[in-house]
Formats: sequence, C-alpha cells, structure tokens
Amino acid sequence: MMETTRSAYPIPDVPPQQLFDRLRSREALLLVLLLVVVSANSFLSPYFLDLYNLADSTQNFSEKAIIVLSMALVIIGREIDISVASIIALSGVLMGAAAAHGLDTWLVVAIGLGCGTLAGAFNGLLVTRLDLPSIIVTIGTMSLYRGIAFIILGDQAYTDFPVSFEAIGQTYFFGELVPIQLIVFILFAALVWFFLHGTIFGRRLYAIGNNPTAARYSGIKVNNYRLALLTLNGFVSALAAVLLVSRIATARPNMAGGWELEVITIAILGGVDIFGGSGKIPGVILAVLLIGMVQFGMQLINVPGIIMSIVTGVLLIVSLVLPILFGKLYAQNRG
Amino acid sequence: MPQLPNLLRSREGQLIFFTGAFFMAVGVATPSFLSLQTLDSIMTDSAILMIMSTAQMMVILTRGIDLTVAANIALSGMVAALISLHWPDTPLPLVMGAAGLTGLILGVFNAVFIALLGIPSIVVSLGAMTIYRGFVFVLSGGQWVNAQEMPPAFTAFPLARLAGLTHLAIIGIVISILAIFVMRYTRFGRELYAIGGNPEATSYVGINTKARLFTVYTLTGGLGGLCGYLWVARYAIAYTEIALGFELLTVAACVIGGVGIAGGTGTMLGAVLGALFLGVLQNALPVMGISPFWQMAVSGSAILAAVVVNSRGQRKKGMQILRITR
Repeated sequence: MMETTRSAYPIPDVPPQQLFDRLRSREALLLVLLLVVVSANSFLSPYFLDLYNLADSTQNFSEKAIIVLSMALVIIGREIDISVASIIALSGVLMGAAAAHGLDTWLVVAIGLGCGTLAGAFNGLLVTRLDLPSIIVTIGTMSLYRGIAFIILGDQAYTDFPVSFEAIGQTYFFGELVPIQLIVFILFAALVWFFLHGTIFGRRLYAIGNNPTAARYSGIKVNNYRLALLTLNGFVSALAAVLLVSRIATARPNMAGGWELEVITIAILGGVDIFGGSGKIPGVILAVLLIGMVQFGMQLINVPGIIMSIVTGVLLIVSLVLPILFGKLYAQNRG
Repeated sequence: MPQLPNLLRSREGQLIFFTGAFFMAVGVATPSFLSLQTLDSIMTDSAILMIMSTAQMMVILTRGIDLTVAANIALSGMVAALISLHWPDTPLPLVMGAAGLTGLILGVFNAVFIALLGIPSIVVSLGAMTIYRGFVFVLSGGQWVNAQEMPPAFTAFPLARLAGLTHLAIIGIVISILAIFVMRYTRFGRELYAIGGNPEATSYVGINTKARLFTVYTLTGGLGGLCGYLWVARYAIAYTEIALGFELLTVAACVIGGVGIAGGTGTMLGAVLGALFLGVLQNALPVMGISPFWQMAVSGSAILAAVVVNSRGQRKKGMQILRITR
C-alpha cells in the first residue's frame, strides 16, 4: 500500500535505507569501536565497570564535549573556530580577576559568560561584516584572546575563588553520582540534537553548509546564521570555562592549551564533514564518548596522556580511511 | 613614474613599505635598534619561519593546509638530538641527513593520505600532528635533551658564520630565493598555481595533480626535517613541546603575505616577506620595552590587521538579487 504524500511528486528526500546501509554508517562504526573500547577497558582494569568511576570519569571530558557540540554546528555551517581554547583562557582569567576583586559569584559567572559571548560575536562580526574566511580570523583572534589573558596575568595564576563559585563545578547530582558537567553536556546535546534535526533552522544550516550562495539566493539570511553560530560558540566556550575554572579552582592564561584542535578532531571523528553541510549529532556524541572512554581506560592502566593523543590521531585517520576502503570494496562487489 | 604607485599597489610593495616604516619607527624611538646587528638577529631568528612559510605557501596555494610542520620539527629535531646524544661521533651532515629523512618520511605519510586517498589536508594533518607529537614523547621517553648532552659541533653549526652571516640566515635566504624562483619561473611552480586555481581543470589539461600534490607535501616534510635539526641545534634543547603552535605562525606569515586561503593566489615573495615581518615584530617588541607577555596579543592583532587590509582589495561584489523598490 502506498503512503499518501502531500507533495504532488512522491519523491522521497532520502533513498529508503536498508539494514545493510545502516551498518555501513559512521554511527555504526563508532558504536562498534565504542563497544570494543569498553570491553577492552573492562578486561584491562577491574576498576573500569564501576558506576561511580564511570560517572566521575565523564567530568574530565564533558567540558570539552560541550564545545564539540557547538563546534559541530559551526563546521556544518561551513565555518570553523580555532579560538575556542583562547576564549576559555580569556574568560577564565577575567573570572579570576573578578573574583580577586571580591565580586559576587553570580557576577563572576556573568562576566565570564559575557566575555566569551563578546569574543565569539567579535569573530562573527569580522567574518560576516568584512567577508573574511573564519579560519584566518580565528587564527588571529586565537593569538589575540590568549594574548590579552597573558597581558592581564603574565605567568601568574588566580586561585582565590569564593566557595560558592567553586561549588558550581564540584556539584554532583543523584546521590553524589553524576557530576554537573555531564548534566550540562546531556542537556546541551539534547538541545543541539533537536535544533539540528528537528527544526527549520537545522535544515537551513545544512543548506548553508552545502552551498552558501544557493542558500542566500533561496532567502536564508546566511550571514545572520554565521554570526549566531560563532557567537554561540563563544558563549559555549565560556560556559566550559565556568565549569572548568570552578572545578579546578585555578585560572591561568595557558589553560586549555591545544583544546581547539582536539575539539575539532572529535567533531570530525563524529562524522562532521570539515567542508560543511553534513554531520549528525548522534555521531558526534558517540565520538565524544569514544574518546572519553579511551582516555579513562588509559588513565586506569597508567598510560601517559600524550600516548592518548596518538590514539586520537590514529582513530581520526583510520575512521576516515576505512569508509573509503570499504566504499571501494563495496563498489567492486556491486559492479 | 608609474612604477612606484604600481609597486605600492601590490601586496609585496605594501608589505615592504610597511615593514620598513615599522622598522624605522622603532628605530626612531630606540636608536640602538637601527644597527646591522639587529638586522643580523632578525635574519637569524626568522630563517626557520621563512623556510617553513615557503613550504606552507605551496600547500595553501594548492588549496590545502599543513598543520604538521611544528610536530614534524619537534620529531625530526628529537631524532637528530638523540642520534648526537647516543653516537656523539656521528658526522654532522649525517645527523642533518637523518633529520631531513625523518621529515621526508612524515611528509610522505601525509602525502599518501592527502594526495593519493584524497582526504582533506586539514583533517589528515590535524590527526597526524598529534601522532607525530606523541612519537616525540615515545622516542625521548618524555626526557629533555640538554645543551650539555649535545656535541659542540652539533649546536655550533646554525650560529657559525660564513661571509658575515650566520649559517641559519644563509640557509633561510637561499631556500627563500630558490622557492621564489621555482614558483615564478619553473613549470612545477606554475602548475601549482593552476592546481590552486582549479584542480579539476588541471587534470583535463594533463597535469598530474596527484603527483604534484604528493611532491608538495613530501617537500614540506623534508624542509620540516631540516628545520627540526636547525631548531634543536639553534636553541640547544629538544623536548616534546618545542615549536608548539608554530604551524599557525607559518599560516599567519602566508596570510600576511597575501596568499589567498582559498588557493591559487599569492606570491612566494609575499610569504617570505610575511615571515620577515613577523620576525621584525618579534625582535622589535623587547627593544621597545614591551613585556614578552604582550607579544602574543600584538602578533594576533597584526594577523587580523593584515587580513582586513587584504580583504579590502579583493572584496566580492554584493549578492543583491532584486533591486529594492519602495
């Protein structure tokens, strides 16, 4: 029986997916990798499959993970933002300065978030008003923002924070089980998922990422989207800064070094096309969990953090090469 | 005299003028800056950046970006340092050869994925840079190789002088001139411009695009290896984090020099001048009594200013479709 469609020509948006197609998808690949990592971890260390340990381990990557989500949106919209880690440093240092002047906790947080939002908006304004490529703009502002943090603080660190501020990042929910970082990540992931896959704005974002000119001609205010995306990314980086600084109760100009590339790496690992226009939130979430679990497992068996970065790099390249090789095999079998 | 305005209208002319004016302005404020010694140290300090900017320029010209240059320098430099640590009697050319070869192998690795498999260069180099950086740690066991552990000949070479210039400056100048010549007058250089302008079209006219890209990334790797030795020997220290963030500095030099990030536009002279400008900036700040903590913000602002100036020249026409009538 045919389903009735409202359109005059019943041509589906997407060709019907068979089970085999689904198995070839990136999400399936990531899920398999995740399962492999989880079983390897529980085999290697008896402490891995412990609910408290697992929940606690998410604290280490959730701050990064919320930026990965908004970065995924930015990249899908065919932009990129290399200044996120510098925004963390700048808002972190400003929050430290605010706390050192004895401001209230809510004001400290507001200053941090406001600074990040402004920094993101500045990126966005340069990109949209002056028609500049975002990769170049954010390479510049990356030095600029972190540079300002260094001007403010030199090689010092702020460690004097009000107790109520430190409590933000050290809060646990559900009987000391789930850290606030994970809650924020889950809420934000749900929001981004709905935004990208359930609203008209999400569809437009894909249109912009695939062909900005065509999107502009079909009446989408492309520049407004770009500005909003980059501003959002600044805000989210500042949110990560609030969670991070209040958790470790320290703000330094060199904090979160190298995060920008890690964040982009995880987003791409999650299946976001670096040239924009494609990528799904489930894949990104799986990539975050995969990297997080690899990291946690390696901590448990005392592997130094830098080995972890080798694994991340290998995962990224392998996850890109495998589909190409599979695609060739698939094509050969068919034809 | 139509030549002078034309020169000033070109990106390179503006950059020379601006760098010169900046140099003189610092000189007026601090007369000790205006000396041959300053020029000498600027050339020595910017040599590595000049070399790697010429490599990065070819990559950006062909619509790519290579973020592995800094990690490559760290890894090849560590290989050179470890060889001279464990076998201090190894002749210097052999050590340099080993560093160059290491870099070349890393370049081939990049080239296989980027040129042959067609994976975007930004993604490959993003992954590869963390892998290379990790291998520095694995090779060294996280240890530092200090000046005392390196043979004197190893550390003396970059700052030794020939005809009044340091070896480092000479290598930088020679490679820059060579690169300018190659990009302007050789078939290989012109083909790179064509690939950057339109990769599909170049395949149709019979340019082996894959082979050219392979050469570009391999060459970048080889130059990175050479610079790895030079870096470690110049600063007489090797550890995991050397040259951290240097990859973005090479991109910045190209952008300041007017190389278009979308590929196909810009000159090698511009990239070299961009590197020199950053070198002048880095040398001038301490002289002007500005704290080193300002350096990062100032170079960030310089990059932004350069991009804004760049964009004014090549601004696209508006995208108005319908005339607004009231």
